[in-house]
Amino acid sequence: MRLVADNIACVRGGRQVFAGVSFSVAAGDALVVSGPNGAGKSSLLRMIAGLVRLAAGRLALQHGSEASIGEQAHYLGHVDAVKPALTVQENLRFWAGYLGGKGDVAGALDTLGLGRLGDLPAGCLSAGQKRRLSIARLVAVERPIWLLDEPASALDSNAQTTLAELMHAHLRNGGMIVAASHGPIGLDNTRALQLGTA
Amino acid sequence: MKAFAALLARDMRLAMRAGGGALMGALFFLIVVTLLPFAVGPDLALLRRIGPAILWLGALLASLLTLDRLFASDYEDGSLDLLVTASLPLELSIAAKAVAHWLTTGLPLIIISPLLGLLLNVELTAMGPIALTLLAGTPGLTFLGLIGAALSVTLRRGGVLLAVLVLPLTIPTLIFGISAANAAITGLLTFGPAFTILCALTLASVVIGPFAAAAALRHGLE
Repeated sequence: MRLVADNIACVRGGRQVFAGVSFSVAAGDALVVSGPNGAGKSSLLRMIAGLVRLAAGRLALQHGSEASIGEQAHYLGHVDAVKPALTVQENLRFWAGYLGGKGDVAGALDTLGLGRLGDLPAGCLSAGQKRRLSIARLVAVERPIWLLDEPASALDSNAQTTLAELMHAHLRNGGMIVAASHGPIGLDNTRALQLGTA
Repeated sequence: MKAFAALLARDMRLAMRAGGGALMGALFFLIVVTLLPFAVGPDLALLRRIGPAILWLGALLASLLTLDRLFASDYEDGSLDLLVTASLPLELSIAAKAVAHWLTTGLPLIIISPLLGLLLNVELTAMGPIALTLLAGTPGLTFLGLIGAALSVTLRRGGVLLAVLVLPLTIPTLIFGISAANAAITGLLTFGPAFTILCALTLASVVIGPFAAAAALRHGLE
C-alpha cells in the first residue's frame, strides 16, 4: 500500500496556502510535515483525511482497498473529539463501536495509562489526559494510516515515550504515519516534507 | 448498523446527562402552554378553540430549542470531522442524531401533551387524536430542523439563524397538523385527509433532511 500525492495544491478562503506538493508514503514509512505557522500543515492532513477539497493535483492510495482514504485513516486533529459529559470509558467505547473496531477498550486505556480513570467523566481530565484518550482511539481501532496533527502537544514525557512506542509498533506492522509537527516526534528514519519555504 | 446504533446511543446518553437537552424541550413546552391561559384570560370557549394551535406551536418551538446544538457541539470538539470521514455514510450518521434528538425531545412532548390539554380545556376524548398528530408531525420538524442546524454549524450564534431558516419550512406541517387536531375537536372537518398529508410531509422531510444536512455539513467544514 502506498499513499501518493501528486502536485497537490490547497486554497483556503481564496488564498493559496501551498501548491505543487508531491510526496509518497509507503507501508512502514513515516512522513513528518513541518513548516512555519500557516504553511498548511493541518490543511494537508485534513486534505488527506478528505475533509478539505484538493484545489489541484491528485491524491491516491495505491494497492489499497476500495474504501476512501478517510475510512482507512485515523485523523488526530487539534481538538480531541472527547465529550466532557461522558466517562472516559464511554467516550472510547463509542468511538470503537462507531469506527468499527474489535474494541479492546480497556486494553487501549491501560496502554495510555488511563486504566484507573475509566469511570471518571472526561470533563475532569487535564489537557494531556484528554490527548491520551484521543490517542487511545488509534489503539482501540486498527487502521493503516495515521494522520497526526501535533500529536505530542500537551503530553508529558512519559506519554510521549508511549506515543513513540505506539508509532514504532504501527510502522513495524506495515502502517503509515503522516504527522505535522514543529519538533521531533520520537521516530528515527522519518521522511521530511517542508511546507512554506518557496 | 453497529455504528448507527453506537451514535444513537451516545447522543441519547449525552442528552440525558447534565447539560444535555432532554428535558429542556418538555419544560419549555410546559411553560409556554401554562402561560397561555393567563395571557388569554379565563375564556374557556376561546381556549378550547385555540388549544390545538397552542399545543402545536409549543411543540414546534420546543423541538427547535435544542436543535442548534445538534451539530455545533460535535463541530467544536472535533467529533464532526470523524463523523464526516467515517465509513457510515454521513446521511445515516445525521439520521441517527436526528432520531436520538426526537426520542429525547419530541417524544417527551407527546407524552405530556394530554396533561397540558387539560390546561387548555381540550376534552379528554380529543387528546388522543391530538397526541397522534404530534406523533406524526414532530419527527418531520426535527428532520427539517437538521438542515438549519447543519447550515448554521460554523456560526457562533447560529440559533437565531436556525429559527429564521427553519420556521418557514415548517409552515405546511403546522397547517396540516393543526387542521387534523382541530378536526379531532370540532368534528366539522374530517381528520383523515389532513392527517394523511401530515404523514406525507413528515416522510418527505425524513428523506430530504439528512441529504440536505449532509451536503451543508460537507460544505461548511471546508
